[in-house]
Amino acid sequence: MTLALAAGDTFPKLLACHARERGDRPALREKDLGIWQSWSWLEVQQEVHRLAAGLAQAGFRRGMHLAVVGDNRPRLYFALLAAQSLGGIPVPFYQDAVAGEMAFVFRDADIGFAIVEDQEQADKLFEILPDCPGLKRIWYDDPRGFRHDRREGLASYESLVGEGEAWLRANAGVLEAEVAKGAGGDCAIMLYTSGTTGNPKGVVLSHDNLVISGRNYVELEGLTDREEVLAYLPMAWIGQNLFSYAQWLVAGFRINCPESAETVLTDMREIGPTYYFAPPRVLEALLTQVTIRMEDASRVKRELYRHFMALARRVGSAILDGRPVRGVDRAHYALGEMLLYAPLKNALGMSRVRVAYTAGEAIGPDLFVFYRSLGINLKQLYGQTETCAAVCVQHDGQVKPDTVGPPMKGVEVRVLDSGEIVLRCPGLFVEYHRNAEATAEAKDAQGWYHTGDAGYFDADGHLKIIDRARDVGRLADGTLFAPKYLENKLKFFPYVQEAVAFGDGRAEASAMINIDVQAVGDWAERRGLPYAGYQDLAQKAPVVELVRDCVEKVNADLAADPKLCGSQIHRFVILHKELDADDGELTRTRKVRRRFIGEKYAGIVEALYGEAAQCAVEAQVRFEDGRTGTVRAQLAIGRAKTFAPAASRSAA
Amino acid sequence: MRGAQEAGPVILAVEGVSLAFGGVKALADVGFDVREHEVRAIIGPNGAGKSSMLNVINGVYRPQAGRITYLGESRTQMEPHFAASHGIARTFQSLALFKGMSVLDNLLAGRNLLMRTNLLLQALRIGPALKEEVAHRRRVEEIIDFLEIQHVRKTPVGRLPYGLQKRVDLGRALAAEPRLLLLDEPMAGMNVEEKQDMCRFILDVNDEFGTTIVLIEHDMGVVMDISDRVVVLDYGRKIGDGTPDEVRANQAVIDAYLGVQH
Repeated sequence: MTLALAAGDTFPKLLACHARERGDRPALREKDLGIWQSWSWLEVQQEVHRLAAGLAQAGFRRGMHLAVVGDNRPRLYFALLAAQSLGGIPVPFYQDAVAGEMAFVFRDADIGFAIVEDQEQADKLFEILPDCPGLKRIWYDDPRGFRHDRREGLASYESLVGEGEAWLRANAGVLEAEVAKGAGGDCAIMLYTSGTTGNPKGVVLSHDNLVISGRNYVELEGLTDREEVLAYLPMAWIGQNLFSYAQWLVAGFRINCPESAETVLTDMREIGPTYYFAPPRVLEALLTQVTIRMEDASRVKRELYRHFMALARRVGSAILDGRPVRGVDRAHYALGEMLLYAPLKNALGMSRVRVAYTAGEAIGPDLFVFYRSLGINLKQLYGQTETCAAVCVQHDGQVKPDTVGPPMKGVEVRVLDSGEIVLRCPGLFVEYHRNAEATAEAKDAQGWYHTGDAGYFDADGHLKIIDRARDVGRLADGTLFAPKYLENKLKFFPYVQEAVAFGDGRAEASAMINIDVQAVGDWAERRGLPYAGYQDLAQKAPVVELVRDCVEKVNADLAADPKLCGSQIHRFVILHKELDADDGELTRTRKVRRRFIGEKYAGIVEALYGEAAQCAVEAQVRFEDGRTGTVRAQLAIGRAKTFAPAASRSAA
Repeated sequence: MRGAQEAGPVILAVEGVSLAFGGVKALADVGFDVREHEVRAIIGPNGAGKSSMLNVINGVYRPQAGRITYLGESRTQMEPHFAASHGIARTFQSLALFKGMSVLDNLLAGRNLLMRTNLLLQALRIGPALKEEVAHRRRVEEIIDFLEIQHVRKTPVGRLPYGLQKRVDLGRALAAEPRLLLLDEPMAGMNVEEKQDMCRFILDVNDEFGTTIVLIEHDMGVVMDISDRVVVLDYGRKIGDGTPDEVRANQAVIDAYLGVQH
């Protein structure tokens, strides 16, 4: 199928094209006051022009940076487009970024102007204002709490748009000229990578990077301007920028902003997206909800669910991939579709999903297969912020749970002898902002980007990622140790929320574990096991046993892998607190910062390699309201069974 | 920080109110005033007569003596219907919600007094009734948005956790667009985080809508943080009245709260 893709090498030009060609079709919806409010392409363009004019009037010029802080909201999309219309560069922030982290970025990018969602975000900016003298103006979207706020430099979004309207009347044609001046090579957006070490780096992406990457996806999947997409991901994430922004403007489909973070599931059912993107964490939360509700369902329903899910696991993926399946199974599956799969997909809001992607972290095979077996075309892709998340993607009908598929159009991938993956692609970033050293380190003279990931191609030419190249270590006896591989295997159990594996240079591997308080809590409730909270639950003897069982299953699994069988987990501990980004233990995208955790909990690590069965800890924690407190606990150190290579007999 | 809204003229004045149930004196010669746009707290130990005082203000209890002046109209006892139709709304310590109805319906029920069209038109959803319903729904949605309870809009109230039910109860009272809002222990039984949320909502109501608020609360810390002026009752008598700082320094109040040796 050929597609009439919008013409234009920059986002503002693409917007102009949609406003001309499908001006009265809805481009953007937001649920507000219980009703889906929509903006047509023409209305979006007019609003963006007013906003851009307001910014111009306030002194925002080509090449300047505009901070965009908040949840996924229509006005923040307008802010991105308005900044780009003037040739400026928006810098979106994670809405839960803490003030200290933001201050660095504001200084690094010399940000003078900010558009924020609400009072919470504005307050953070005022907190860092003394450290960021360049910050001059802040505009807010939601006026709540600002009624009596007379702080200098603060004004409402409406006032900015109002000023823009007057400016537009006086300066007809100026804005159109500014848009025309833009070129594909211009910087479109700057996304700060959370960085597992050191300060975040500003990844500069050009319009070409995002537009071409977006177009490649749209062509590959045959996306049209009729797709419905739910836009609920953080504005600062590359996934959001590629799927709900770049592809939105390339294909001209509709994005829908949910009412609030808590209503996503309901809103998704109402919208019925045809194209869906979710990190594994979201998919997992959905599955957990389904599982818990099924356990509470009546006996007949439970049996029905068990029966048909077993069938789906057996033949569902094959039917989706168009592989041969016996006629009787097909008929059986069709009955299941009627009785279970279709209603379940409806409850998940996925009845109309044609293409769904997941990325950002490894997805458990069980989780992945669950969605595929229901007939939802969920696929994995591979990419980083630096590559516009467009390197590899699984093709329809050729989906293997443990690979990320073949390279996309225009992407060259090589695996170095060290195991590191290097690549060249159209989405490859321009540079790290004001950091030539880091740029040179990541991108060599021939333009190869060093991903830092370790992996290899399988027999079908699909890329398989095992870990970060620099995290891959060796045990004392030289056995390969891929911590992330172990952690992911642990995290695939519903009871395990986070895991941190240690073992580089040690005699054996060990792990710290965070239990999933919802899943384990539910498990405990069913057994009549009372508990007071996370810390109490984590140290209950039956819970330690439960986790021991998970660890031993991982060990049994590893024993079958000739390369990694030596890195079975000998000792483990359930941590006394949940790892948290606010305490620096996770990145904002919720990846564990292994080295930091190893240093912060050095005492626990030593206990893991000692003989004691207990370990005392004391830790500073920061509560949600900003206060700090101390948590003291006695942690039980568990010992897990290990297995002989390629055999399931106990060795320890 | 308080003082977002300028306190206006006196909107409600209570003078020499005494209330007895048989031989039990619930209130004895209590008097205080409430100014427009302020947050006024009534505190006191258990059985001090706080809830009785609220019930006197909105006319549920009829005091044996005293006068109540509301919006310039002076009377010996408030009529419940007059109170409700002249902008006095309240929440209840033990919640007053329709447990089987959704949050949305509970809030709409709170607007009952503001509905003008008759039952027949409403039932048939024709003409002015339809237009009116849309307007009411809009207002209720604004309250839902304000209290951040969109995710439970269609959930039956009985299935919500207690903290959220309290928020819905506040929403139901707000739906009546009150000028004077009486809150009976809005933070009872809540954890620290829920209390903080509720404080923020109360202050926001006062700030955004300019609603005058009279609240009863046990938790001294909370009261001192969010109130403009505080009345202290003990065994039905007023023993203190003033700004939080004045009340905190008042010896009679300290004795009532911490006990005194006889």
